[in-house]
Amino acid sequence: MKVTINGKTIEVPEGTTVLEAARMLNIPIPTLCHHPKLTPFGGCRMCIVEIKGAPRPLTSCTTPVSEGMEVITSSPELEDLRKTVLELILSDHPNDCMICEKAGDCTLQELAYFYGISPYNPPLLKGDKGGFLGERRVYGKRDGNPFIERDMEKCILCGRCVKVCDEVQGVEAIDFAYRGFKSKICPTFEKDLDCEFCGQCVAVCPTGALTGKMWALRGRQKDIKEVDTTCSYCGTGCNITLHVRRNEVIRVTSREDTWNEGWLCVKGRFGYSFINNPDRLKKPLIRIKDRSNCSSGSNGLNKVFKEVSWDEALDYTSQRLKEIKEKYGHDSIAGLSSARCTNEENYLFQKFMRAAVGTNNVDHCARL
Amino acid sequence: MGTGGIAAGGAEVIAAFKKELKLAGIKANVEEHCSMHKVGCRGLCAKDVLVDVIVNNEKVTYQYIKPDMVPRIIKEHIIEKNPVQDWAVGEDYHFFHKKQFKVVLSDCGSIDPEDINAYIAVSGYDAARQVLTSLKPENVIEIIKSSGLRGRGGAGFPTGVKWEIAMRQNSKQKYLICNADEGDPGAFMDRSVIEGNPHAVIEGLIIGAYAIGSDKGYVYIRAEYPLAVERLKKALSDAKKNGFLGKGILGTKFNFDIKVKLGAGAFVCGEETALIASIEGQRGMPRAKPPFPVYNGLWGKPTVINNVETLANVPYIIRNGANWFASFGTEKSKGTKVFALTGKIKNSGLIEVPMGIPLREIIYDIGGGIESGKAFKAVQTGGPSGGCIPAELLDTPVDFESLAKVGSIVGSGGMVVLDETDCMVNIAKFFLEFTQAESCGKCVPCRIGTKRLLEILTRITKGAGKEGDIELLEKLSKDVKAASLCGLGQTAPNPVLSTIKYFRHEYEAHLQGKCPAAVCKELLTYYILEQFCKGCGACLRACPAGAITGEKKKPHFIDSEICIKCGACFDVCKFKAVVKE
Repeated sequence: MKVTINGKTIEVPEGTTVLEAARMLNIPIPTLCHHPKLTPFGGCRMCIVEIKGAPRPLTSCTTPVSEGMEVITSSPELEDLRKTVLELILSDHPNDCMICEKAGDCTLQELAYFYGISPYNPPLLKGDKGGFLGERRVYGKRDGNPFIERDMEKCILCGRCVKVCDEVQGVEAIDFAYRGFKSKICPTFEKDLDCEFCGQCVAVCPTGALTGKMWALRGRQKDIKEVDTTCSYCGTGCNITLHVRRNEVIRVTSREDTWNEGWLCVKGRFGYSFINNPDRLKKPLIRIKDRSNCSSGSNGLNKVFKEVSWDEALDYTSQRLKEIKEKYGHDSIAGLSSARCTNEENYLFQKFMRAAVGTNNVDHCARL
Repeated sequence: MGTGGIAAGGAEVIAAFKKELKLAGIKANVEEHCSMHKVGCRGLCAKDVLVDVIVNNEKVTYQYIKPDMVPRIIKEHIIEKNPVQDWAVGEDYHFFHKKQFKVVLSDCGSIDPEDINAYIAVSGYDAARQVLTSLKPENVIEIIKSSGLRGRGGAGFPTGVKWEIAMRQNSKQKYLICNADEGDPGAFMDRSVIEGNPHAVIEGLIIGAYAIGSDKGYVYIRAEYPLAVERLKKALSDAKKNGFLGKGILGTKFNFDIKVKLGAGAFVCGEETALIASIEGQRGMPRAKPPFPVYNGLWGKPTVINNVETLANVPYIIRNGANWFASFGTEKSKGTKVFALTGKIKNSGLIEVPMGIPLREIIYDIGGGIESGKAFKAVQTGGPSGGCIPAELLDTPVDFESLAKVGSIVGSGGMVVLDETDCMVNIAKFFLEFTQAESCGKCVPCRIGTKRLLEILTRITKGAGKEGDIELLEKLSKDVKAASLCGLGQTAPNPVLSTIKYFRHEYEAHLQGKCPAAVCKELLTYYILEQFCKGCGACLRACPAGAITGEKKKPHFIDSEICIKCGACFDVCKFKAVVKE
């Protein structure tokens, strides 16, 4: 189908939306509620465009192209409407960017910047002394769940979290409730969130409404070094990005252009505290004493184990395996592997057990 | 007897008739000599309870009937053949009907809505029989197209065109939905049609389904309409028993079934995409169009959604022909339209008029003018999506185009008459309160924009309006209309814009601290005119705040510091000595 956007023509397959076609042409259209991996919503009204023959502006994210369609993405009227929409959103927003976790990484903040809208002197809803007129939603209650900070005063009701929870995760832990200005996104009966805490909602939130509780006051995006790596929790091997500040991992995200499409589970997204944990084992240990003879606690642990080099540890292990095999036979040995290893590592492990040790006693923690 | 008639005591009157007729020895409901029927809405709610007594084919209509009046009617009229002239309806009852023309309501109020045979007796289901046995879907669509019937839900889209698009969709499954989610404040057209003649709607659905090729229909109806739901369900089961619904209807190969889906009370579910979401079990939130439901509707299948009144027109069009229907109305708006006439009007009630009738004739000839001789100020048409039309535009013809031209809409048919004691800013505020509370919250302009509009209107009515507020209202209204997702937001500012357009002086007066209609409490001062005050003390006793002082038989005084402006003194004063302004 041929569609002409701002005078440029492109041929796109049937079912392509105007927004997608515009992005193929590198024509920018501002969006807030749109997410390329989720079904179109059409709620924020930022992506409105003028389509020849349509009586009113239409949202480009929801409108499929039709043959010969002519689209204009920017005009004084459209930009004026977008400004009004942003101003309305900011008139019901805490505007506390200076202490917001999301500052510097917030779509709303970016758009407010590009459209030059100051919450303290909005051109439209101007009040006395430059302050805001009109009611702002105020919610006192804090969600008591352990992982996700839900600051619903910052929520712009774009619906991305609702859709990702439904369409991607299939959990449907949250939905829209109430009507009109009181509309709100919340779990059933406004209870504390009690889901699988995959945090996909956090990943797609365009504002500071949803953040990780563990991230609070650990550093914002501008101070962060991003390190791409692979999640070590299971054999799926999701691509993750560690956000590192002062040599400490303070947040984990995933990029949308990875094979896992940016989606993660609760372990990959929130289970990173072991990385900087002082109790984490960094070198191999060899037991030097029977535990029953020692007092408990980390001091006691030092008396039971001795830190050694990898060479020493491997030598010790192979020596002991040989001794045991000789004395009791190869089937006296069993090997237990881990779901946190990769497929290749697990393959090698069973190969080692079968070929080198000579036993079929191989198992895996995920089966237990 | 519709909901209104029952509320006025219709059921008690029927019971009284039954009892008294029995006592008098007349066998009602049994013999050919005398039968008694309860019927649907008669239209003139203001005169309820209305009773027709027909003796030897001469009909006398009684108004304001209460159970204790029944024995006299039976004795004098039925037994002695002497109608009780004191209680019979007067000239205004005949004026009320004179300029009306009834198509949709033609059998409403004369047949028993709970008796399928009553509908069949007035040629009911003849149209369906004719369509199913002798017409092709294309012929049916051609008839509806040439009749000029347009959607009665508000948008006025040509029904035949919608059916034609649906018919051409290549899909095994198509749906036909009757939208009975009437939610406008003060509107009761669809309710009355379903309560008064549910079979006409069912027949319309059968014909529509045949035309578009659907075997499954829905009636999406408000759960707040219990009587309509009950009668509809009974009508559906009777229609099925009589072979008008189900498999192989009337011996043909056509199958069609109708399911009733109750709405849970959200105004926005009258919007077709929200309605579809609601039927699918989702939250009633509209989605962007295109794609329109006729291409991609319920469960992703081609779906036609027609309003109750639209469908109820269909059997009459088939029976009487497209030309007959097209002979009423204007060039672009054919046929008749049902309106719910309410507000400060003498003959409030349900009316049906030919399209193109001037507003003046509706209000003064049919409606009998303004109650208690006050001056007409405006008429609000189209409910929360419509606008206010002032006295100088009373000659505007009522049709889709003309009302749109003056900044209002025909809408689904609400018509609220306002008089000089109504404050236009307050009216705009009332409608905004409604639309704001009923906004689904999905899109920003409607969710926050209507809230800000309401806040500005509220502060104006409280005397806290600021310079520039009127311009601000205009600008924000314009943007909310242009940027909102669905019809709710796109029309919600209409009451604001039309009242500013025609009653800007009232807005300006509020900004200067006066409410010309003396409605807005914060802008009122109550005081007593000494020369009229007789010192009777009625106001003093009525004042709940103790703001009134004065000795007996001497002029009293209101302390405006203490006065809470409840208006109790104003209401009790017999000498018009209490003034509010």
